[in-house]
Amino acid sequence: MTLLSIDDLVVEHRSPGRPVVRAVAGASLTVGPGEVVGLVGESGCGKSTLARAVCGLDPITEGSITFDGEPVTPLGLRRRRLTGIQMVFQDPYASLNPRRRVGDQIADGLRTVRDTATAPADLLERVGLPREFAGRHPHEFSGGQRQRIAIARALAARPRLLIGDEPISALDASAQSQVARLMRDLAVESGAGLLFISHDLSVVRLIADRIAVMYLGRIVEVGDTAEVWADPRHPYTRALLRAVPKPDGLGVLPAELPGDVPDPANPPGGCRFHPRCPLVMDMCREKDPDFGPVACWLHDQR
Amino acid sequence: MTLDISGLKVSIGGKEILGGVDLRLAAGRVHGLAGESGSGKTMTGLAVLGLLPHGARVSGSIRLGERDLLTLPPKELNRVRGGEVAMVFQDPATSLHPMLTIGKQLTEHMRHHLRLGRAEAKARAVELLGKVRIPGPEEAYGRFPHQFSGGMRQRVAIAIALACSPKVLIADEPTTALDVTVQAGVLRLLRGLCDELGLAVLLVTHDLGVMSAVADEVSVMKDGLVVESGPRGQVLREPAHAYTRSLLDSLPDAELR
Repeated sequence: MTLLSIDDLVVEHRSPGRPVVRAVAGASLTVGPGEVVGLVGESGCGKSTLARAVCGLDPITEGSITFDGEPVTPLGLRRRRLTGIQMVFQDPYASLNPRRRVGDQIADGLRTVRDTATAPADLLERVGLPREFAGRHPHEFSGGQRQRIAIARALAARPRLLIGDEPISALDASAQSQVARLMRDLAVESGAGLLFISHDLSVVRLIADRIAVMYLGRIVEVGDTAEVWADPRHPYTRALLRAVPKPDGLGVLPAELPGDVPDPANPPGGCRFHPRCPLVMDMCREKDPDFGPVACWLHDQR
Repeated sequence: MTLDISGLKVSIGGKEILGGVDLRLAAGRVHGLAGESGSGKTMTGLAVLGLLPHGARVSGSIRLGERDLLTLPPKELNRVRGGEVAMVFQDPATSLHPMLTIGKQLTEHMRHHLRLGRAEAKARAVELLGKVRIPGPEEAYGRFPHQFSGGMRQRVAIAIALACSPKVLIADEPTTALDVTVQAGVLRLLRGLCDELGLAVLLVTHDLGVMSAVADEVSVMKDGLVVESGPRGQVLREPAHAYTRSLLDSLPDAELR
């Protein structure tokens, strides 16, 4: 039983006088209840657009997103029925309203599910903050505390799917793994699925059950975290993992992946990774490997 | 040339930010400065260049060769910064001027500090762009910052810092705004330039992985004080101070080891 299923999703950004950008170009992914899926990739690969489309914040061009058997509708002015999906945004300095008490902001979430039994302070307690913080304003908190408040606000609406769009990248290094682990624990505890988007592979490895690697609008590899980490199969996943410097004190320089991410408005033909791939073959320049779980001709199962 | 920071104290508005920092940078070595945000890493870097916020009180000494940068008259300090001591900032999107071509930004201080002519400065700028491995340096010279990707922009920022052949380079979180794959390239570049040009580099970063990859010496700061300092292998593998150990333990990888 899957909670969220994304099938061949295409999301295009149109702006006048510019070519159409396919930010997500045929991505498929599923998230089950109580499952933590980590979505990783370089900046500009379409991770955030995918997350926004799942929340209904970006319109879908092609393909479908179903949540609990129902299609996800774009967010409009009308009352939203799909409160089962909640999002924690990247920057807690921008996502909380600076002029309202944090308790009132958490109460908004409680109101959407008509929950009168829970107090905002209870939720603050769940994210590890003192109850009396409910009467304070966001500027009184540090980045890590603000992100905890944003998580409390998202949890207030009893989500069955929690989405974190780079929720830790604006935080201090020392707070990052704490906040990530908190998100995981709270989601799993309440039986909700978690789609955790990050470019920090070491944190994703810590909290995710499955990892999906995205490159230029496509998901190129999906697999169990331990398996992907121990035996990455797509050349791009390998390059990503090799580029993470290890704090082992040995002074080993991380391996470099040559070239830049191509312009998504004008992606290369064939496999999208071929201009940067160290193992490129003739086949890769001609045909796009559009199969899973590893979208690479080296791992063609047919 | 070595840069010697000793007993550096900084206070702003009566609040002590740095409480006596001692650091020594040697030519051809990368000195890493680690610590949480708010520990005073960046302030140490800014103090070297005399870029502290208005109203900051400084004591101690920062010796570059024979001179003490803290007591240098403003005119002479101006000759040092950008010339002998250069800095690379965290976010290349904001540290470069969006409305000037990178050629202009690369040559302006060269013409001022080194008194080069227009053509000479351009030739050197193109050579520098090649050195930091910007593809097509001739064409890149006339482009604007927004036409480059994040990694390329940081390379341009490094080229600008290197333009007047500095002896000391202060790099404040130079790869924090970049992706891991791009970070790897910039780190390799920094290490290569340090070895090739004999630069003394102060690398300020909170990422101990980055530290382990490029730094020769590592100092760890907490609340405005250096709590531990030593060779990379020793500090990262056998930390003597409890705080260093807690930093290492808070890394995501620590639990899996």
